[in-house]
Amino acid sequence: MITELGHFALILATIVAVVQATVPLVGAQKGWAGWMAVAEPAAKAQFILTALSFGALMWAFITSDFSLRLVVLNSHSAKPLIYKISGTWGNHEGSMLLWVLIVAFFGALAAWFGGNLPARLRARVLAIQSAIAVAFFAFILFTSNPFLRMAVPPFDGQDLNPLLQDPGLAFHPPFLYLGYVGLSMSFSFAVAALIEGRIDAAWGRWVRPWTLAAWIFLTIGIALGSWWAYYELGWGGFWFWDPVENASFMPWLLAAALLHSAIVVEKRESLKSWTILLAILAFGFSLIGTFIVRSGLLTSVHAFANDPERGVFVLAILGFFMGGALILFSFRAQAMEARGVFALVSRESALLVNNLLLGVACFVVFVGTMWPLVAEMFFDRKLSVGPPFFNAAFTPFMLVLGLILPVGSSMPWKRARIWRSLRPLVPAAILALAIVGLLYAVQSGRSLLGPLGVGLGAWVVMGAVLDLLRRTGRKGGLSDRLGRLSRLPRADWGKATAHAGLGIVMIGVAGLTAWMQDDIRVAVQDQPFEVAGYTLTLNDVREERGPNYLTTIADVTLARDGQELARLSPEKRFYPVAQMPTTEAAIHQTFGRDVYVVIGDAQGDAGWTLRTYIKPLTIWIWIGSGLMALGGLLSLSDRRFRVAAGAQRAGTDGKTPAQVPAE
Amino acid sequence: MKRLLMLLIFCASPLWAVQPDEILDDPALEARARALSQGLRCLVCRNESIDESNASLARDLRLLVRERLVAGDSDEEAVNFIVDRYGEYVLLNPRRTGSTLLLWGAGPLMLLLAGIGALLYLRRRSRGTGPEGNALTPDERARLDDILNR
Repeated sequence: MITELGHFALILATIVAVVQATVPLVGAQKGWAGWMAVAEPAAKAQFILTALSFGALMWAFITSDFSLRLVVLNSHSAKPLIYKISGTWGNHEGSMLLWVLIVAFFGALAAWFGGNLPARLRARVLAIQSAIAVAFFAFILFTSNPFLRMAVPPFDGQDLNPLLQDPGLAFHPPFLYLGYVGLSMSFSFAVAALIEGRIDAAWGRWVRPWTLAAWIFLTIGIALGSWWAYYELGWGGFWFWDPVENASFMPWLLAAALLHSAIVVEKRESLKSWTILLAILAFGFSLIGTFIVRSGLLTSVHAFANDPERGVFVLAILGFFMGGALILFSFRAQAMEARGVFALVSRESALLVNNLLLGVACFVVFVGTMWPLVAEMFFDRKLSVGPPFFNAAFTPFMLVLGLILPVGSSMPWKRARIWRSLRPLVPAAILALAIVGLLYAVQSGRSLLGPLGVGLGAWVVMGAVLDLLRRTGRKGGLSDRLGRLSRLPRADWGKATAHAGLGIVMIGVAGLTAWMQDDIRVAVQDQPFEVAGYTLTLNDVREERGPNYLTTIADVTLARDGQELARLSPEKRFYPVAQMPTTEAAIHQTFGRDVYVVIGDAQGDAGWTLRTYIKPLTIWIWIGSGLMALGGLLSLSDRRFRVAAGAQRAGTDGKTPAQVPAE
Repeated sequence: MKRLLMLLIFCASPLWAVQPDEILDDPALEARARALSQGLRCLVCRNESIDESNASLARDLRLLVRERLVAGDSDEEAVNFIVDRYGEYVLLNPRRTGSTLLLWGAGPLMLLLAGIGALLYLRRRSRGTGPEGNALTPDERARLDDILNR
């Protein structure tokens, strides 16, 4: 019964979405207030109906309703509750329902908090947002309906892929989707502005919080996924340049570019048409990502052929929205006249260079991801494009970005002098160079890349700190300055935190890739062995039974200089229902390094295969990612965005004061 | 992250990447073998090098690489040996030849084009074409006054 209600709610939501996508659009064109006003209640109704539908599906998973095909294929009664819940989106149909739920959620947010938008723009934004929803509602109902019943319900389900039964991965997809779909809001704003034929500083300010929110979610989602891959896959990589990973990374890069260019629109009314284009492309890459993941095109041609209907459907959605938006763009871009005038050396130019680097870096990832397909179709060459290519072709952009970031971010608007921006950074440069020299001396004779990477990261972090300090002015004692520091706008804190986070990620990545050590051996019980100064002893290996798996747990003592540091328990699990093994690495984590231990197979009576990795500075990758997300949050809570929201709460008709002084 | 689905379908044998019995006695040779195998693709996995892969085919390839190195091949000869048998597809790092030059050149080329575009834009901006200043419509002006006087 609940299932049927969910199905029905989904169909109702589709109908509401169709209305919302058309009526307000006509109303906005003709200036009919009544028609425009349809958008808001429709957006709220659409969200509530979709949420009901999603809730019904989740209920089916929680109660293990095996009359539902999807539940049979992806759940099992013995599974812990949290994975029954996360199983709702751990499959194609459910994840698409989550996707459309988030589209509707953002639409409803815009309806609830968009009171300060001009009525016409709001009607158009909500209509376009709903048009995206219609496309995905149709996709779900026609190709991937989650509410199909079984003719004969089985006694139990076939279980969720064991690798997905993990806290890191349970919450990875929702965050990623919030990010992907959050970019649909920027897209809707861009297309609405194109239809309107004008964008101004106010538009820049409206679109920024949405982009920022999407970027924060993408950052968290990607970091969660990478963290999960690190401890779950059993060899401790954090990034694999896999097509599916690239699919989430490309929108992240473009969202980061969009964040920065929207500032230029907001403060200086320049880069307008470029920002619009970025907003369109950022969501376009979200759709491309969905297409890559959902069609399985890049996995293998066979996966695509197995389910051509879905792939073609997503491709059609992609073609419609990107094609439509880009055609609109080509007609209207001329109207987006820039106003601000600025010198060749200025904050504006620095942000343009940021966009250039992020944009081209995204392009490189895109070309690399699609190349095997292109090569096979046009050049008849069957080849692979793997991590070595991306490391070589992508990293230089990030290096240059890190190099110029502290300089660019401390430049004034309109006109800057390079030397005047560089001078306050001299201490940072000296410190960074000292770190490079010191590390190079200590590591004796290995590649210079590790020290350089860490030095670059330190340069970015120091640059962010100095930038923040500089904002407190030159005068006054320490307490004065600290007082002023705490009163700085949250946007300043957000900027410094996010930039420092990026620097810290660079440090972590450099440390991990340059100085990792590994050891593979047959460990004999109670015979200690040395890895990079650590002593490991395999004490015991025992078999145990988990809620829905069998496990082999090793007991390993980690010691240094005779001092016991930790008891590690790497596991090897086997999930009988899905017939799949997984590894659970044991990690001893400190700020300096991770010791990462994985147990392999028994080697007859001789012992067990044990792999030990020493991974320096790894934890900083995730601390840095967290700081980036935190910086985004701080920026999002800045007064100028909250003031706009407050204006609506005051109950006036709440038009935001559009003009902002350029700092 | 769905790579795991595929990965496990193909690589689900309970073997783990490089095995202790594969490791060569000569550390220098072993280091070369590890470096080489990180650039070679496991043919039945998704986007995984044979160094990381658990598949038995990857193990065969790892052993083959070591065999060639022990036989006195240079790094290049060993890689060529495998490419001759398994095709270009095994190389995770595509060779810079023929149409693949396009792939390698795409980034720098794009950077050049975008850089020229950006420079042209910057020059136009710094000369200051386009109206600077206040161009509010009467409607906006009224709204702004309303807000400021509130």
